[in-house]
Amino acid sequence: MITLNVNNQDHQIDAPDEMPLLWAIRDLMQYTGTKFGCGKGLCGACTVHINGQPIRSCITPVALAKNSKIKTIEGVSDKGDHVIQIAWQENNVPQCGYCQSGQIMNALPLIERSAEKNTTPTDEEIDNHMAGNICRCGTYPRIKQAIKDATVALIKGA
Amino acid sequence: MDMVKLSRREFLTYSGIMGSGLILGCNTTEQAQSKIAQNAINSGLAKSDRLNLFVAIQADGTVEIVSHRVEMGQGSKTGIPQIVAEELEADWQKVKVIQGLGNKAYGNQNTDGSTSIRLFFEKLREMGASARMMLEQAAAQYWQVPIEAVYAKENYIINKNTQAKLAYGDLAELASKQVVPDIKSLKFKAPEQYRLIGKPVPIVDLKEMTMGKANYGVDKTLPNMLIASIERCPVLHGKVSSFNAEKALAVPGVVKVIEMPATRDVVSFFPLAGVAVLATNTWAAMQGRKLLEIQWDLGEKQHINSDQEFETYKNNLNQKPIFVAKKGDVKNGFLSAKTLVEARYKTPYLVHAPMEPPMATAWFHDGICEIWACVQDPQSTMNSAAAMMNLPADMFVVEPTLLGGAFGRKSKPDFSNEAVFLAHKTQQPVKVVWSREDDIQQGYYHAGALENIKAGIDDKGNITTWHQQTVYPTIASTFNNDKHTPQDFELSLGFGDLAYDFDHVLMEKAEAKAPVRIGWMRSVCNIQHAFALNCFLDEIAHKINKPTAEVMLKALGADRNVNHKEEFGFSFTNYSEKLERHPYSTKRYREVLQHLIKQTPIDQTLPNNQGWGIAVHRSFVSYIAVASKVSVVNNKLSVDEIHCVVDCGLAINPDRIKAQMEGAMIFGLSIALMGKIDIKAGQVVQSNFHDYPVTRMPQAPNITVHLLNPTENVPSGVGEPGVPPVAPSICNAIFAATGQRYRDLPLNQYLTV
Repeated sequence: MITLNVNNQDHQIDAPDEMPLLWAIRDLMQYTGTKFGCGKGLCGACTVHINGQPIRSCITPVALAKNSKIKTIEGVSDKGDHVIQIAWQENNVPQCGYCQSGQIMNALPLIERSAEKNTTPTDEEIDNHMAGNICRCGTYPRIKQAIKDATVALIKGA
Repeated sequence: MDMVKLSRREFLTYSGIMGSGLILGCNTTEQAQSKIAQNAINSGLAKSDRLNLFVAIQADGTVEIVSHRVEMGQGSKTGIPQIVAEELEADWQKVKVIQGLGNKAYGNQNTDGSTSIRLFFEKLREMGASARMMLEQAAAQYWQVPIEAVYAKENYIINKNTQAKLAYGDLAELASKQVVPDIKSLKFKAPEQYRLIGKPVPIVDLKEMTMGKANYGVDKTLPNMLIASIERCPVLHGKVSSFNAEKALAVPGVVKVIEMPATRDVVSFFPLAGVAVLATNTWAAMQGRKLLEIQWDLGEKQHINSDQEFETYKNNLNQKPIFVAKKGDVKNGFLSAKTLVEARYKTPYLVHAPMEPPMATAWFHDGICEIWACVQDPQSTMNSAAAMMNLPADMFVVEPTLLGGAFGRKSKPDFSNEAVFLAHKTQQPVKVVWSREDDIQQGYYHAGALENIKAGIDDKGNITTWHQQTVYPTIASTFNNDKHTPQDFELSLGFGDLAYDFDHVLMEKAEAKAPVRIGWMRSVCNIQHAFALNCFLDEIAHKINKPTAEVMLKALGADRNVNHKEEFGFSFTNYSEKLERHPYSTKRYREVLQHLIKQTPIDQTLPNNQGWGIAVHRSFVSYIAVASKVSVVNNKLSVDEIHCVVDCGLAINPDRIKAQMEGAMIFGLSIALMGKIDIKAGQVVQSNFHDYPVTRMPQAPNITVHLLNPTENVPSGVGEPGVPPVAPSICNAIFAATGQRYRDLPLNQYLTV
């Protein structure tokens, strides 16, 4: 048995060390907000945080996530009212919505870092930070705007 | 204001209408009504107080509205109820959208062809207006006044004389017992009264999607469910010779190994040959699958190579062209022309690659088989499962989940048939999970194509003569092994439906055998046809030293509605629409192009290595013009800006139309820059996003979308028509920037992208 701390809750799971965190989260802990997209760390749909850092859970063995704090999209807020979620909603970002958990989890540290520095990220910074997350529907222009809006909201709220 | 405040029970007692009532349908014919009434059981609506197949109102005022099509990002799960709620005079805050199950009573549920709004706009308004009228009848009956003395406003019926109000929730049961109004008696709102149609209503799953709480095909979970990963034969029509289940079964979590049925001669939507590993979790199934040691009999197609196939297509066009349509005499036209221009264009095989690969869950229990899957058409899912299992279609209950993208891939329910087959074998719920490699390598591909065009131009710069040829394997080959040439329904996608007014026209096609399963992909054959057509007009413009837009406008000639049957003898299918309803209007074609020129600085003087390019196209009965600005520096291409003008008739939800156009620009960019599937030894070479790249954020340009005439004309297609003009506008822009003409896609074979 392995103990994983997901969204501040300990879970005992029966999984081999090499099982990717993605499948442990989805199949064994029923956090289905984290999505499968490629299985090779190429698309970012499976992005979660380990100790605050965005990682690709489809290529991260559960063994590496022991003794860590794992946060999934479900851990961002209970009511969908985190500034990043509100920015996503106000910009009507999603089309099919499938990749958006990963987009939000990947964007979150950029927004937090930028807000700490009291700056809104530039287009280039956002491009560089988000290049690993694919959206086949093509919501990129709105994601970009939502990231800026969320940063502004976080700065104002802080 | 005198407002009646009764509890629901008091109201019903007072009205003397306690007891169970009939379920009333609403349709154009009485026969259809009774059928709808029966089928309403399966509609997904709450069982009580249905007003018709699409509408049920709960006692608390919640208005349930069915969306009978599926949601894959195009927004119709919001647009459909917007239309119903508009005529129903429902309070949008009280609307709860119910995903319609597969049910013939809904009519066509095949969510492709950009049809959800354009085919159902009137029907949906009728559903809303009919339900509203039943509520009005109920209130009139209660107040004992004629129906003319009441009106509906935002979930209330109001008495014009007394200003008394009755809430929809209170009226619901009495309304459900009213006679279904005759269609002819329905009154519809005037467009200036619209509160929802034409408004940027946010999508109904918006919040859940930002919380990870929206449910897709991959998310279905059932007690005792097994998860299947299937190794399929890498070559179409190959067979399993042998495999070793032992090692797979030794993986902890793996429960069963089951051989799939042989690939049928006519592949249709039936499963491919292979071996399934079923486990209690996805990872175990995927690990077990790697240990199967399958020996394949790869069959005849193992010698197919796509590069060689293109050579064959080229030779067939040159040596064995097949007549499609004509006008005038191209031979004489070319003889009398002052200038001749000729070019060949090539577009490769492509695959859809939605972010959610195909996923399906099936479960046989209690005499039915339930299916939860990210399918575009719940009815073909039922029908093909029935055909495969030799069971009646009505024992399959199909609930479409949200689709994590689709782009045409999920209109082919082969994956749900795999789940049905395995669920039947195991008598357990089974979820089939496709990996990205499965998705890229076992698709229904957009066919690779070649286009030849030759034009004759007179001394005044008029294009007089036009000879165009096209060749690609047909989608029909997936359903009929004797089909080896492009069919009229494919040639109707931007080939035979030529907008331009030339004196002499000859259209030809040629044979191309399918190396793999061929299927629809977003905008389908418009991709190759619009690419060749728009690039070629740009080539002509440069040859005769005129602006491209001027050449296009001149070639369109006088405004007219084109009848391609009369003009060329071409059987144009017009996206299943009647020409009376959706004429082929060169006026609208001209207007989107002129609006684009007006809105976009395509004539600006730019530094070296920058350029604008344009393209215009009618598809899915919508008209779209696109301008792209590129820069090419040190052989690195960057698409900096795209403007898009869309005339899609009445805009139901302008924000979703803009979103679809933004998405279409980025989808078209993937095709222009990087999309390519190669087939070697009968097998697809590419396997994941490293070798089948799609547009990423740093490649995505600024996009501006202009909606032209959004309140004129009936609604037309939105999901697909943005795609075709993108690639030619980019290639034309590159020519403007560099003088280099690229006629073969994708561009990453020439430029860094």
